[in-house]
Amino acid sequence: MTREQAATLIGERFGMAQVDGTSPLVVTLPVDQWVSFARFAKDTLGCRFFAFSTAVDWKEQGLEVVVRVENLDTQIALLMKTRLGAGISSCPSLAPVYRGANWMERECYDMFGIRFDGHPDLRRILLADDWEGHPLLKSYAVDTPHPPYR
Amino acid sequence: MTSSEAASRIELDYAGGERLTMNMGPQHPSAHGVFRAILTLEGETVVGVDAVIGYLHRCHEKLAETLTYAQYPSIASKTDYVAAMTSEFAYVLAAEDIGKIEVPKRAQYLRVVTSELQRVASHLLWLGTWCMDMGGALGGGATIFLYAIRERELILDLFEALVGARLLYGFYQVGGVRYDIPAGWAAQCRDTIGLIEQRIDEYEDLLEGNPFFLARARGVGVISRELAQDVGIAGPLLRGSGVPFDIRRAAPYSSYQDFQFTVPVEPDGDCFARYRVRMVEFRESIRIVRQVLDGLPEGPISSRPGLKSVAQTRIPKGESYARVEGPRGEVGCYLIADGSAKPYRMKWRGASFSNLAVLPHIIPGHKVADVVAIMGSVDPVFGEVDR
Amino acid sequence: MEIKAPIPVIPAPIWRDIKDLQEWERLRQHRPVGDKHSALFESITEGVHSFPGGFVVTTAADAFFNWARKSSVWPVTFGLACCAIEMMATFASRFDVERLGMVPWASPRHSDLMVVSGTVTIKMAPMLERIYDQMPDPKWALSMGSCANSGGPFRHGYHVVKGVDRVIPIDVYVPGCPPPPESLLNGLLLLQDQIAHFRRTGQRAAPNAKVD
Repeated sequence: MTREQAATLIGERFGMAQVDGTSPLVVTLPVDQWVSFARFAKDTLGCRFFAFSTAVDWKEQGLEVVVRVENLDTQIALLMKTRLGAGISSCPSLAPVYRGANWMERECYDMFGIRFDGHPDLRRILLADDWEGHPLLKSYAVDTPHPPYR
Repeated sequence: MTSSEAASRIELDYAGGERLTMNMGPQHPSAHGVFRAILTLEGETVVGVDAVIGYLHRCHEKLAETLTYAQYPSIASKTDYVAAMTSEFAYVLAAEDIGKIEVPKRAQYLRVVTSELQRVASHLLWLGTWCMDMGGALGGGATIFLYAIRERELILDLFEALVGARLLYGFYQVGGVRYDIPAGWAAQCRDTIGLIEQRIDEYEDLLEGNPFFLARARGVGVISRELAQDVGIAGPLLRGSGVPFDIRRAAPYSSYQDFQFTVPVEPDGDCFARYRVRMVEFRESIRIVRQVLDGLPEGPISSRPGLKSVAQTRIPKGESYARVEGPRGEVGCYLIADGSAKPYRMKWRGASFSNLAVLPHIIPGHKVADVVAIMGSVDPVFGEVDR
Repeated sequence: MEIKAPIPVIPAPIWRDIKDLQEWERLRQHRPVGDKHSALFESITEGVHSFPGGFVVTTAADAFFNWARKSSVWPVTFGLACCAIEMMATFASRFDVERLGMVPWASPRHSDLMVVSGTVTIKMAPMLERIYDQMPDPKWALSMGSCANSGGPFRHGYHVVKGVDRVIPIDVYVPGCPPPPESLLNGLLLLQDQIAHFRRTGQRAAPNAKVD
């Protein structure tokens, strides 16, 4: 399967998706197609390698979740993006589809406060369990004091 | 497994067996850094692992939004601090990709030679610490450790002559590299890698003739192909599980397509397979270094020399994900630039973060001593895990 | 007339303009007032001191025990980050630290020295304090690298402690990022000089109090 074939297939199956670029194929999706597209990518397109999952804080426009998966045999890389909308911080979880999403989504929750529905074990991973605030949001200052340590 | 407090406690499970929760705490002789594993044991067998990380979370991603493209590469070294130049490489490649900045050929070759030397140095440290973990610091384990560190010091001497620093460098900048190789460096490099090549043969004989080493490494920590891809591990772990994927081959960056090297793949997926992959990678890296030194072109070392101010490099709006084949796997930098001198968002795809995520899947079923062997063969560096 | 034994002083450091850091040290570092000794030992020492010139004996004994202490400082392997790699290089073949008597030992209960090598984060700080508490007296701590000295390049991060001396009292600071093994060895030798001034019968050597 080539990239062009993959792009046409995506366009057929997921009409509302927006496909740009060649490598990686950047697919911008609405949130409700998130998990079904991930399953499609894994089963049909053969993208079984889960590279990473992260989020971006676009201030007034809200949060965006970005996932990259790859087909190691045919070198098709998909960058899946979805905008959660202003003020919304919940997103369906890809952990049932890709096991690598488990820790990556825990990190997104830790850093951005995005609650992933369907995640088996959503708790903070990098910061302590009783930490207040989600640091990578643009509203969080980088040098927030934390007495007595800083 | 559920997370639990650090205190050990015994609980009875349904079948009447006893389960002990044991903490392999952040300070541990073989934890490879600050890693906490809360093991649930039935006797000597581990039935559950809760890996607690974050003890070295140094706010890289947030700090990157406050530092310019000229300031950050030396901080980027501190993610994968054993092979520091690989991390800088990913960041700089991402910035150059968005900004469509040309890198001169000589700079590309210098980047390749330093990356491969870093790979050799990192694998030497891996070999030393893994064998020390399995053998014990005062037992036989320190043998290979001391030999490997002795070899690694020779490579660090090369870096000290080139950059001025042994461990953490600020060698890469957006547009090229910062320093050129001094006179006599190429000859010293050739001597060093020739010596290391011979010594690697000695260590291989030493280890593979040792039945204890083979017993501890064969059949331990098997990662299946499907699990490897699903979790997203990369590097020697992936190639040790039978997936022939190497970014230097699949998506060559920085003139890697000019060099001939083979990519080692082993089908078994156990610790011994990963060990074999890394031992072959030693030799392949040395081969690449020789080819680079033979074919090093003349020319400038940076397309943006003479950086006058730290805010000089501005990258236009765009985003990119640049990845590099580090000694531990795919080190990637997802960078979103917004036209100013500082990035809008930078995410480190740390190789060791994804590699560690496989531990809760493969450790249950092994004995406590195997946990140490598996941790060593996964070779995590916690700067990358916690960022 | 009772002759009081002299309190040894460490020579003042070369830099003198860090008045407020010393202020900080005096205010924030809690050290035990005296090391714990048995009552029998205290009474023997008092008895020896009651003789004129008795402190010569205890000073000689101090010198002997301090020599023994400084020649056998066992660091606990407490590598946190990048500095840990340089610490391991210092403990290994080329910059062998075992010739100074320092055997890196994993268990804090059997060690004398904690080399804090790497960034201390807020999540790790309580663990560090716990490991330090597990070390028996007399114990020393060496802060290695700029992250442990002051937070280093990550000082402005939200999760980084601005220097490990906010957690435990430190005796020697070794600057660098990371300090090459030569620097760490220099710091360890400076620590040995400090230990040579340690007083078995009472408090640690007081730093030079009034520097005019």
